Amino acid sequence: MMRLYGSFRGTLVVASIAVLFTLLAPSIFQFFTIITLTQVIGLSILALSLALVWGFGGVLCFGQSAFFGIGAYAYSVAAVNIGGSTGAILIAMLAAATFATLLGYFVFYGKLSDVYLAVITLTVSLILYSLMRRTSGPEYKIGSALLGGFNGTGSPPLNVPGNSEAMLFPLQTFYVSMGALILAYVFAGWLVTTKFGRVCVSIRENELRTSLLGYDTRLYKLGIFAVSAGIAGLGGVFFCVGVTRVTPDVFSLGQSALAIIWVIVGGRGTLIGPILATFVLYFLTASLGSQQLMNTNLVLGGILVIFVLLVPSGVIPSIAKWFDLRRVKKFSKLKERRLKMRKHRSVG
Amino acid sequence: MSRREIVLETRNLSMHFGGVRAVENVNFELQEKELRCLIGPNGAGKSTFFKCLTGQLSPSSGDVVIRDIPMTGRESHDIAGLGVGIKTQVPNLFDGLSTKENLWLSARRWHDDKRANILTKETVERLELGEISRSVVGSLAHGQRQMVELGMVIVAEPWLVLLDEPAAGMTDDETQKTAELIKEINTTSALIVVEHDMNFIRAISDKVTLFHQGEILMEDTMDIISADPKAREIYLGHKS
Repeated sequence: MMRLYGSFRGTLVVASIAVLFTLLAPSIFQFFTIITLTQVIGLSILALSLALVWGFGGVLCFGQSAFFGIGAYAYSVAAVNIGGSTGAILIAMLAAATFATLLGYFVFYGKLSDVYLAVITLTVSLILYSLMRRTSGPEYKIGSALLGGFNGTGSPPLNVPGNSEAMLFPLQTFYVSMGALILAYVFAGWLVTTKFGRVCVSIRENELRTSLLGYDTRLYKLGIFAVSAGIAGLGGVFFCVGVTRVTPDVFSLGQSALAIIWVIVGGRGTLIGPILATFVLYFLTASLGSQQLMNTNLVLGGILVIFVLLVPSGVIPSIAKWFDLRRVKKFSKLKERRLKMRKHRSVG
Repeated sequence: MSRREIVLETRNLSMHFGGVRAVENVNFELQEKELRCLIGPNGAGKSTFFKCLTGQLSPSSGDVVIRDIPMTGRESHDIAGLGVGIKTQVPNLFDGLSTKENLWLSARRWHDDKRANILTKETVERLELGEISRSVVGSLAHGQRQMVELGMVIVAEPWLVLLDEPAAGMTDDETQKTAELIKEINTTSALIVVEHDMNFIRAISDKVTLFHQGEILMEDTMDIISADPKAREIYLGHKS
């Protein structure tokens, strides 16, 4: 099998490390940190979804948070109405993916350029932000779930599948969230090694050439757009479960920009980079914010500028490149030494 | 002599850009396993005609018919999806991927994983791309990139091949190798080759179509065309 970016074995190794981290986390971190981690896991699933659609599909979706927010709202509304979390999670993913399919159909089949896609997705996210802020009256409800306008709506906790009365404790919720993150990561890692994923990579590299090979690039772009939206929706679920409510802020410009920063810092063309970047940047800004040393947005902006200018490929790809260069240097030194030895022998 | 099946046909094909008539009422036929070269001075309309055939441009009027299927204005992937191999004027590759990966993506469009791997390996050997098989194509020389793109065309085993300037920027050795390769492809496929290099055209083609100001001026062998006073004046730039 051809390599064509990343191997599934590497994905499984990373997933195994994540499983180990999940098991050890409760003995390393305090209870409050575990609760916070559940929110960050939701955000890191959002970063993973953008890493997939942008890093591998080449589709810069500036409004990925729209699907994240749709997932969060759909879960909250469905869980209240159904009375259980398992079906609500599936509804949340499906709602985000369906919305993306409809939006993507008009964008990709309308032959809009990538720049327009970025603008349109951001605009959609901001429209949803504005829309949800105006739903504060009692008339704005779906079933028995009030949308709550600016203050948002409560997100029911997760429960044991099939038993809506048996709510999960925060530690159990953390385990389930980590499980979801690991599954989403493994799924995305597997997807990019399939024919579908490889064609998406080829579209990122050169869309015209991919089309000239006979692939319907619109269909592939729509496919990866919808899948990534479904994953973002899953992220929204765990984020709102961690926070215990969802507000229109999930659709805000800040939320959209954060996802882009996580992917830029972690590195495009890698799935684990943006996930790690989410964790690191979240705790970095949280600690700076709590000490009130400086404005966290200023720090994030600075990090973005530094990465765009100095480390444009992101942390993980840069580290990988550095190891590659070291290996090549080592190999060429070895070759040189052998040549010298051969010369010595022939002179002798 | 029995007449072979017509595999590609254009009927009154025209392509206008505002007031500019890049292609005007072109009626063209290509038979099964025929190799046709398209020649003409710069701005004659060859490349625009080529882009209409490959779906990169949607013609202003007229029809493109491939194996009796109307393909006018269809997308590039629809045309390639009929089993047509296309190479564009400027090497059009996946620059961030290796030579092998480029070839594999083309083969995988038509075959399963196993067969795609075998075809990729065979094409690497056939085109002597072994040394650069693992190199990222963005780092290759122009001639090598041309060869990789040719490889991407043939690895898919197309029945109709459309090549826009396949020998441009190649060394003499590479040009000769390309000519031999095109002749080899022609044993199983029909070809349209847009080219400027006269010696290259002589080496590969029996029939040549001369374009001038968006129209077909002549269709004949290269020897007859190069002996024609009007063709010489238009194409070679001097009067006989």
